[in-house]
Amino acid sequence: MSIVALGRFQFAMTTIYHYFFVPFSIGTGLVVAIMETMYVVTKKDEYLKMAKFWGNIFLLSFAVGVVTGIIQEFQFGMNWSAYSRFVGDIFGAPLAVEALLAFFMESTFLGLWIFTWKMVSPKLHVTFMWIVTLASSLSALWILAANSFMQHPTGYTIKNGHAVMTSFSALLKNPQLWYEFGHVIAAAVVTGGIIIVGLSAFQLLKKKVVNPDFYKKSMHIGLLVALFGSIAVLTAGDLQMKALVKEQPMKFAATEGLYKNSGDPAAWTVVAWANENGHKRVFGIEVPYVLSILAYDEPSGSVKGMNAINKQLIKEYGNRNYYPPVNTLFWSFRVMAGFGTLMLLVSLLGLFFTRKKNQLLYRQKWMLWILGLCTFTPFLANTTGWLVTELGRYPWTVYGLFTIKQSISPNVSVASLLISNIVYFLLFTGIGATMISLVVRELRKGPDYEEKLDKEEEKAAKIDPFDKEAFE
Amino acid sequence: MSGLQLLWFILIAVLFSGFFFLEGFDFGVGMAVQSLTHNENEKDQIVATIGPVWDGNEVWLITAGGALFASYPFWYATLFSGYYLILFTILAGLIIRGVSFEFRKSVPTNQKQLWNWTLSIGSLIVPFFFGVMFISMIQGMPIDAHGDMSATFSDYINLFSIVGGVAVTLLSYLHGLNYIALKTTGPVRDRAKNYAKFLYGILYLGLVAFAVLMYFKTDFFELHFATTLGLLILIVVLTVVANVAVMRDAEITTFIASGTTFVALVALIFTGMFPRVMISSISSKYDLLITNSSSSPYTLKIMSYTAIAFLPLVLAYIAWTYYIFRKRVKHEPVLETK
Ligand code: HDD
Ligand code: HEM
Ligand code: HEM
Repeated sequence: MSIVALGRFQFAMTTIYHYFFVPFSIGTGLVVAIMETMYVVTKKDEYLKMAKFWGNIFLLSFAVGVVTGIIQEFQFGMNWSAYSRFVGDIFGAPLAVEALLAFFMESTFLGLWIFTWKMVSPKLHVTFMWIVTLASSLSALWILAANSFMQHPTGYTIKNGHAVMTSFSALLKNPQLWYEFGHVIAAAVVTGGIIIVGLSAFQLLKKKVVNPDFYKKSMHIGLLVALFGSIAVLTAGDLQMKALVKEQPMKFAATEGLYKNSGDPAAWTVVAWANENGHKRVFGIEVPYVLSILAYDEPSGSVKGMNAINKQLIKEYGNRNYYPPVNTLFWSFRVMAGFGTLMLLVSLLGLFFTRKKNQLLYRQKWMLWILGLCTFTPFLANTTGWLVTELGRYPWTVYGLFTIKQSISPNVSVASLLISNIVYFLLFTGIGATMISLVVRELRKGPDYEEKLDKEEEKAAKIDPFDKEAFE
Repeated sequence: MSGLQLLWFILIAVLFSGFFFLEGFDFGVGMAVQSLTHNENEKDQIVATIGPVWDGNEVWLITAGGALFASYPFWYATLFSGYYLILFTILAGLIIRGVSFEFRKSVPTNQKQLWNWTLSIGSLIVPFFFGVMFISMIQGMPIDAHGDMSATFSDYINLFSIVGGVAVTLLSYLHGLNYIALKTTGPVRDRAKNYAKFLYGILYLGLVAFAVLMYFKTDFFELHFATTLGLLILIVVLTVVANVAVMRDAEITTFIASGTTFVALVALIFTGMFPRVMISSISSKYDLLITNSSSSPYTLKIMSYTAIAFLPLVLAYIAWTYYIFRKRVKHEPVLETK
C-alpha cells in the first residue's frame, strides 16, 4: 500500500472517529445547559437531576472527543508535512487561535462545572456550562475556518511555491465558512436533541421503568431541540447546495450522479448507481424539475454533468483525473439528507403525539422503538456529510491549489503508517466499546442514583469522616 | 531576523514551559496513582487534586503545537514528520491517560484498576518520550536539503536521549509529588515528601550525567557558553532549593522550584538551539533557522495581536480556577468547601 493511501485512511479514520464525539458533546452539552437553566429558573429538583444525569453521558463523550482531537492537530505535521509547509502560513493561525480562544476556555470551565456543584451558587454554576457550550462552538468556528480555506481558498497569494496569507479577515469572511459553521452547529444541535430523545425512548421501553416522568420530560426537551436543529440544518444544507453549484460543480454533480449535462429544467435523481470507471450511470430514477429548484430556486435551469466539468478542469488545472468517488458521494448525500428529513419528521410527529391531550406515543411500543433507533441516525448523517465535503474535493487538499498526492510527508515510511493505523484502530475500538458500555451503565443506574449516593455519603460522613475503608 | 520571529521563538518556548510546568505535575500525579498510594481512597484523593485542571494543562501542549504550526510551519513539518513514531507513542500515551479520568470514575469497581494503570502508564510514556525527542533533537538529526528528516533508531534512541527522557520523567514525578504534598492531607502527603527526599538524591546523579553528555554531544557550549553554563547551574541550584525545601516542609517553595526547573530546562534547549530551530547532522547548510522557517510577517503580526489580546484573559481565568480549588483535598476524597 502507498503512503498516500495509508495517510488518507488514517485521516479519514481519525477524523470520522473524532467527529462521532464532537457533535455529541456540543449537542448534549447544549441540552444539559438548557436543563440546568430550567432548574435555576424554576428551582424544580427534577431539572437538576436531568442536568446531572445527562451531564454524565455528555462527559463521557467529551472525554473521548478530547483525546481524539489531539491526534488531529498533530496529524497535519506528522502525515502531511508537505501540505503543512505549503499552507502553514495560513492554516496554522486558526488552529493556534482555536487552542488559545476556545480550548483553554472549554477545558477550564468544564473542570469548574464538574467539580463545583456544591461550591458555588446555582447561577454561577450554570454559567460555567454555557461558557463551555460557547467555547465548543468557537472551537468549531476556528477549525472550520481552516477547513473552509481548503474548500474555498480566500485571502492568499502564492509566493515561492507556498500559500501566504494576505488577509486574515478574508479567512473569516469566507462564505464557505459561514455555510459550514451554520450547518455543522445545527447538525450538532440535532444530534444532541435526538440522542436525548432516543436514549429516553429506550429507557421507557424497559419492562420496569423506575421514573417514567423523568424520561418523558427529557424527551420533550430533546424533541424541541431536535426540531429546532433539524429545521436549521435543512435550511443551511440547502444554501450549501446552491453555493456548491457555483464553487465546486464537480462535487455537486457527483452528489447527483450526473455524468451528462442535465436537461432544462433539470430532473432530480432519487436513486442511481454509477459505473465509475466507464464514467456513466448504470441506472437511475428521476423526478422532473426538482433539481432545478434545489439548485436555483426556480423550475428551470440546467446543471452541468461531470464529463463536461472534467474537460473544463483539465483545461484549467492540467491533465489529471478529476472524477471523485461518485457512488460514495451520491449515496452519502442521500443518507445525510434522508436522515435529516427523517429526523425533522420524527421530531414533529413526536411532539404531536406527546401533547398534553393525547399522549399516544408513550403507549405505542413501536413508536418508542422508532425514536430509540433514531439515536444512531445523526451519527450516520454527520459522517456521510463529511464524506461528501471531503471526498468531493478530490483530488485537492486545497481546492485548485494543492493535491492530496503532493500533501503527504515524503519521509514517513509505510511501516510507520501501518503501525499507527493499526494501533489507532485498536485503541479506538477499545475506547469506543468502553464508552458505549459506560453510557449503558449510566442509563441503568438511572437518574436517582446520584441522590442515593449523596445520602449514603452523608450518612457515612456522620459515622467517620476520615476512614471509609474501616467498614468496607 | 525580525523582532516578530524572535518573539514567536520565545513564545513557543514559553508555551512549552507552561506545558511542562503545569502538565508536568499531572504526569507526576498520574504516575503516583500506581506507585505512591496504598488504597483506592488515596488514588481517588490524588486524582482529585488534578481533576479540574488536567485538561486545561494539556491545552498548553495543543496551543504550543498550534503556535508552532502557525508561526514556524517548516519547523512544525520537519519536527512532526521526523519524529513520527515518537510522537505517535506520545499521542497513544495521551489518549489512554486522557480517557482514564472519566472512565475510572464510571466503571464498575473491578475494572477500575485497568484505568488506574492506563493513567499511570500514559503519564509515564509522555514525559519520557518528550525528553527523548527534545534531547535527540539538540544533538542534530539527519535533515536533508528539503528539510525532510529520515532518522534511524540510534538517532532517536541513544545514551543522551535516554538520560534526557529519564530526567524529564523523574522531574515530572518529583513535581507531581511536590504538588501532592501541597494539595493533600493525610498519609499520602507525608509519603509524597518521603519519596521526594529520596529521589532528589538520584536526580543529582542524572543532572551530572546530563551536563557531561551535553558537553560532548551538543555544540551548546561552543556556541552559547555563558547561557548554557548559566542555565545548567540554575537547574542545579533549583534542584538544591527544592531538595532543601522538601526537607524543611516548605511545600510551596518546593513546588515552585521543581516547576521552575522545567522552565530552565526549556530555556536551556531553546537558547542552545538559537538561532536554529532544528539542527541537521548532515550539513549545517541544512539547519532550519529562525529566519528561514517562520511564517510571513503578516501572519506573525496577526498572531501577535491575538496573543496579546487574549493571553492575559486566559491566564486570568486559569489563575482564578486554581484559586477556586485552592483547598487541600482531604484524605477522604471530598473537596473541602470552605
Ligand atoms: C465542528 C467541530 C469540530 C471539528 C470539525 C473538529 N473539532 Fe476538534 N474538537 C471540537 C470540535 C471540532 C470540540 C467540540 O470542541 C471538541 C470535542 C470534544 C472536546 O472536548 O472538544 C474538540 C476537541 C479537540 C481537541 C482537544 C481539545 C482539548 O483537549 O480540550 C483538539 C486538539 C482538536 N479537537 C483538534 C481538531 C483538529 C485539528 C480538527 C481537524 C481535523 C478537529 N479538531 C475537527
Ligand atoms: C471532523 C470532521 C471531519 C471529518 C469527519 C473529515 C473527514 C475526512 C475524510 C473522510 C477525508 C477523506 C479521506 C480520503 O480521501 O480517503 C478527509 C480528508 C482531509 N480532510 Fe477532512 N474531515 C473533517 C474535518 C476536517 C477539517 C476540519 C480539516 C482541516 C482543518 C480537514 C482536513 C482534511 C485534510 C488535510 C484531508 C486530506 C487527506 C485526504 O484528502 O485524504 N478535515 N477528511
Ligand atoms: C436535507 C438536509 C441536508 C442537506 C440538503 C445537506 C446538505 C449538505 C451539503 C450540500 C454538504 C456539503 C457542503 C460542502 O461540501 O461544502 C453537507 C455537508 C455536511 N452535512 Fe449536510 N445536509 C443535510 C442534512 C444534514 C444532517 C441532518 C446532518 C447531521 C445531523 C448533516 C451534517 C453534515 C456535515 C457534518 C457536513 C460536513 C460539513 C460541512 O460541509 O458543512 N447534514 N450537507
